[in-house]
Amino acid sequence: MSQVIEPVHDAAVAPTLRAPVDRWRRFRQQFASSTVAMVGLFVLVLVILAAVFAPWLAPQNPFDLATLDILDAKLPPGSKNFDGSLTYWLGTDGQARDILSAILYGMRISLFVGFVSVSCAFLIGAVVGLVAAYFGGRMDALLMRLVDMQLSFPSILVALVLLAVLGKGVDKVIIALIVVQWAYFARAARAAAIVERNKEYVEAARCMALSWHRILWRHVFPNCIPPLMVIATIDLAHAIALEATLSFLGVGVPVTEPSLGMLISNGFEFLLSGTYWICFFPGIALAIVVVAINLVGDHLRDILNPRNEV
Amino acid sequence: MFATIVRRILQTGLVVLIMSALVFAALYLIGDPVLMMASPEATDLEREAIRRTLGLDRPLWEQYGIFLAKAAQLDFGDSFLTGESAMHLILERMPATLELATLAMFISMVVGIPLGIIAGLNPNHFLSRSIMGGSVLGFSLPNFWVGLMLIMLFAVMLGWLPAGGRGPVERFGPINLSLFNWDGFKCLILPSLTIATAKCALIIRVTRAATRECLPQDYIRFARAKGLRERRVLGVHLLKNIMIPIVTIGGLEYGQVFAFAVVTETVFSWPGMGKLLIDSIVNLDRPVVVAYLMLTVVFLAMLNLVVDIAYTVLDPRVRLGGAT
Repeated sequence: MSQVIEPVHDAAVAPTLRAPVDRWRRFRQQFASSTVAMVGLFVLVLVILAAVFAPWLAPQNPFDLATLDILDAKLPPGSKNFDGSLTYWLGTDGQARDILSAILYGMRISLFVGFVSVSCAFLIGAVVGLVAAYFGGRMDALLMRLVDMQLSFPSILVALVLLAVLGKGVDKVIIALIVVQWAYFARAARAAAIVERNKEYVEAARCMALSWHRILWRHVFPNCIPPLMVIATIDLAHAIALEATLSFLGVGVPVTEPSLGMLISNGFEFLLSGTYWICFFPGIALAIVVVAINLVGDHLRDILNPRNEV
Repeated sequence: MFATIVRRILQTGLVVLIMSALVFAALYLIGDPVLMMASPEATDLEREAIRRTLGLDRPLWEQYGIFLAKAAQLDFGDSFLTGESAMHLILERMPATLELATLAMFISMVVGIPLGIIAGLNPNHFLSRSIMGGSVLGFSLPNFWVGLMLIMLFAVMLGWLPAGGRGPVERFGPINLSLFNWDGFKCLILPSLTIATAKCALIIRVTRAATRECLPQDYIRFARAKGLRERRVLGVHLLKNIMIPIVTIGGLEYGQVFAFAVVTETVFSWPGMGKLLIDSIVNLDRPVVVAYLMLTVVFLAMLNLVVDIAYTVLDPRVRLGGAT
C-alpha cells in the first residue's frame, strides 16, 4: 500500500512525515484526555469480559433446568437457596433462575446480536457508500435516494414490520438490525469518500493505472474508517437497545435464548406487584452497557470529526 | 425553484408507491389469516369459501391492483378480528396518540430549549457539561426502559400516578381527550414524560449547536454593543434565530412520535395507534397493519416533502443551490 500522508491539522506541529504508529499514539493520548470516556471504555471492557466468560463466572447455568428449584422462585436479592450452597445476590425470577446468572448469559446474546449486526451493516454500508461516491452520477443518485427513503422511517417501525414477516429468532433479529442500520453507514461512507476522492493520492493512484477496486479499497477506504468507526460505536449501543426493545415487545429473540430485553419483559409482569428485582436488575445492566458505549462513542466523535457538532 | 418542487413531489409519489408495494408484499407473507379466522374444525371447503370472500384466491398482482385502488379511497378492508373498518379503528385511536405526542413534544421543548441555550452559552461550565452528559443519557437509554423505571418509581413505590391505561376522557365532538380532566391527565403524565426524555435530549443538542453558531454573529454583538440587557439579547435576538433548526427538528420529531409511539404505548397500555399496531401484528390482523403502515408511509413522506419545500421557498441557499 502506498504511504498515505495525513494532512497535519495542528498548526503548532511541524508538518513532518508521520509513521502510522505515531498517529495511533496521538489518538490514544487524545482519547485518554477524557476521564468520562475512559470510565466508559473500562466499564465496556469489563462487561464484554463478563459476557464472554459468563459460563465460568455465573453461579448457575440458567438454561440448565436441572439446577433450578421451583421452590426458589421470586426470592428477593441476597437470599440463599435451600441448603445454603448458593446465594442469589440479585434474587430469582418466576422460574427460580438466578437473576445474576441470567443477566450474564443475556448479556452474551445482546452483545452478540449487537456486534454481528453492526459489523455486517458496516460492511454493506461502506460498500454502497464508497461505490456511490466514487462513481457519482446516476449510481450515486439512485443509491442515495434509497438511503434517504430508508432513513425517513423510524428504525423501530421498519424492524418491527420485518420481524413480523420473518418471525422470531436471533438470526432474524440480526437481519432486521442490519436492514435498519446499513443506511447510516452508507451515508457516512459516501460523505467521507467524496472528500477523499478528489485528493492527490487518489489522483496519483489513478495515474498509476491501478484498477478502480484497488483504489477504492486500498486507498480511499482506509481513510474513510475514522468517521465510520464513530458511527459504528454509537450504532452498537443503538443496536443493543433496539434488540432489547424488540424482545420486550415480543417480536425479538425466542424464549429459549433470553437476551436482556427478554429478561426485562419477563420481569415486567411482576413489577406491578412489587417484585421489582426481576425487571430492575436486567434493566440496570442494559442501561450500563448502552451508556458506556455511548460515552466512548461521544468522545470518539469529538476526536475523530470535530466538525460534527450535533 | 418550481422545477425543484415538482421534482420533489414526483419523487415523493414514487416513494409512496414503492413503499405501498413493499408493504403489500411483506404483509402477504405474514401468516395465513384464513387459519386464524376459520374454526379449527372447519373443512377445507369452508376454508376455501373464506379465502374467496377475502379475495385471497386471486393472483397476487390483481390483489395489489385492487389494494391500490381501494387504498386511494382510504379503504383498507375490515379488521379480521372485530369486523370493523380498519381505517375507522385507527382513526378512533388517533386522538389518544395525538394528545400523547403533543404533550410529550411540549414538555421536551419547554425543558430542552432553555437547557440547550445554557449549555451553548458557556460550553465549558460545569452546569453545561452536566446538561450535555444528561442528554447522552436521554439519548441512549431505550425508551421502554425509561418507562419501566418511571412506573417503578412513581406508580409502584410512591403510588402517586397510575401505571398504565387511559383514565376518564371528555368528549369534544367525535374526539375523546383526557387532557382536560385531572384523573385522565394523571394517566398521561408518565407516558409523555417517557417520550419527552428522549426528545428533550435531542432538542438540547440542536439548541446548543444553534446557539453556539449564532453567538459570534454580528447581530448579537451589535445588540450587545447597543447596551441591550442580556435578557433581551438572548430572549429576542438569539431565540428568533435559533428557532429555525429547532422548529424543523421539532416538527420532524413530532411526526415520528405521532407515527410510532409503539413502544411507550405498549409499556403503559395506552390505547393509541401504536398499541393497536402491536396487537394487530400479534393477532395477524392484516388489514389493520396494512392500513397503519400505509398511513404512516404517506404521513412521513408528506412531512418530509413539506419540510423540503418550506426550505426551498424560505432559504435562499437551498433555492439557489438547485438540486435537492
